[in-house]
Amino acid sequence: MSIRTDVKPETRRPPTVSATAPAPRRRRTWTPYLFLLPALALELVVHFGPMLAGLVMSLLKLTQYQLARWWEAPWTGFGNFEVVLDVDQPVGASLLSSFLITLAFTVIVIAASWVMGTAAAVSLQNARVGRGVLRTLFLVPYALPAFAAVITWRFLFQRDNGMVNHVLVDQLGVLDENAFFLLGSNAFWAQCVVAVWRLWPFAFLMLMAGLQSIPGELYEAGTLDGAGPWRQFREITLPLLAPVNQVLVLVMFLWTFKEFETPFVLFGGSAPEQARLINVEIYQNSFVTWNFGLGAAMSAVLLLFLLLVTGVYLLATRRKVHEA
Amino acid sequence: MRHETSGYRIFRWSTLTVLTIFVCAPLFVMASTAVKPLNQVQSDFTWLPAEPTLAPFVDMWSTVPLAQYFANSIIVAGATTVASVTVAILAAYAISRWRFRGREAFRLAVLSTQMFPGILFLLPLFLLFVLVDRYTGLGLVGSRTGLTITYLTFSLPFAIWMLVGYFQTIPRELDEAAKIDGAGPLRLLVGILVPAARPAIVAVSIFSFMVAWGEVLFASVLTDERTRTVAVGLQAYASESNVYWNQVMAASLVVSAPVVVAFLLLQRHIASGMTAGAVK
Repeated sequence: MSIRTDVKPETRRPPTVSATAPAPRRRRTWTPYLFLLPALALELVVHFGPMLAGLVMSLLKLTQYQLARWWEAPWTGFGNFEVVLDVDQPVGASLLSSFLITLAFTVIVIAASWVMGTAAAVSLQNARVGRGVLRTLFLVPYALPAFAAVITWRFLFQRDNGMVNHVLVDQLGVLDENAFFLLGSNAFWAQCVVAVWRLWPFAFLMLMAGLQSIPGELYEAGTLDGAGPWRQFREITLPLLAPVNQVLVLVMFLWTFKEFETPFVLFGGSAPEQARLINVEIYQNSFVTWNFGLGAAMSAVLLLFLLLVTGVYLLATRRKVHEA
Repeated sequence: MRHETSGYRIFRWSTLTVLTIFVCAPLFVMASTAVKPLNQVQSDFTWLPAEPTLAPFVDMWSTVPLAQYFANSIIVAGATTVASVTVAILAAYAISRWRFRGREAFRLAVLSTQMFPGILFLLPLFLLFVLVDRYTGLGLVGSRTGLTITYLTFSLPFAIWMLVGYFQTIPRELDEAAKIDGAGPLRLLVGILVPAARPAIVAVSIFSFMVAWGEVLFASVLTDERTRTVAVGLQAYASESNVYWNQVMAASLVVSAPVVVAFLLLQRHIASGMTAGAVK
């Protein structure tokens, strides 16, 4: 950025149409900061300020009695973290178990959503009939507000008058008697099904748009070379979708790992132990037992984990995507 | 057209059939339950109502104060949308048209908020509202204003990201021409960029509205009886000892309809906006 004001319009560098590099202004100016100010102020007040306060709280012995004047609560240093990370004690053990459950949940939900999204997008790639209708239909679960979708599933999973038992027991005969889907270990799978139902259309939407940017000539060339659909998928579709997949998997990971709406609405606030996700565990510690110091320490550990995974993921995939 | 092998055709048909059933079954049950009388909902499951009735759509308004929840949601989501889109347009303008110190830092910081567990800043935010109320008497706790301020930051990262992508595709010749005509930065934004970016702005608006309409966690803590939104209010049916599932489904249909219809009408804009950042 140089400070030259004597440039006449005629001698200016021709304006670039480049999509990445904005045309630099000639003078140092406070104008952009002015435009940025509202967003900056809001992010500071709602996100960064409270988050820093939350990190400070993780160092305090904070119960509901001190909430009004939380900054006067006794300092415990890393005492909360010692409790939270001590897996031999009940608090640490249940955090670890919810972490592992969340990990399994995330892997299953992302894998299933990605496979279903890809299969649907590829199946509709060259479809001549029904493409618009199916595309719209598949997007409905994603457009549906979370609470409405999950509360519907809660009804479907009812033991005595729910659809799932009706289909599995009466119509297909897979099960001998009505099962409890929202209790015990079944609850974990029920929760996965609901999460996949809500998430896979997002994968489908992204992949569908990604597929449209692949030139049709590539497939024609592939067909001339005698490549079947499976080889075309592996050698044309997958590599060209790599940039979309890079973002898609990361976004799905961040959403799913922090999933709260599904268990909160599906189990009505008290998730069975076998299905308790980490966010629900933290919610229990913070707002049900009102031990907010511990809850904040758990959230801090979660934040650290998400930052770490995201950082490693971006470093690991960057090279790959650029090679592709 | 690509030559289809029979294996590929079987794959395609089975994929699409299975997914259609998976997507439609819950939606179908939602609709059919909403027109069943209560005794049919509480006995064995049936796919179709024996005697369809529209009574649940009438009764649902009196079982819980649904109209109040509905109004709260409309006010909160509407205000969130207007405010967050305005703030995002200003920020995206700065990022796409100037190079300045802190530009990359700001972009990264905004994107990084996507990683914050909401639960970590929920209580501090609540306490901050309490503190502000004590000294200013604004009454943020349990108010729609407090919730709106919170929600509008939720949609900001995506909105800014998408609008920056779109603004950068608008040729800079337009800027230059306007500047030669003597337009200042604000007139350039309002007169040239905003009209040119209308599809992206519409998509971002729908997105912001959906975020505010569906959020559960913050709404459950930051609202009270008077300001409860539908996202939390619908739970009230389900936590009663005798659950009126037919009314729950009817209410779900009614509160979902506006956002689902809007999203489906604008799906193409939203899809292209979402992938713009990823494909580039």
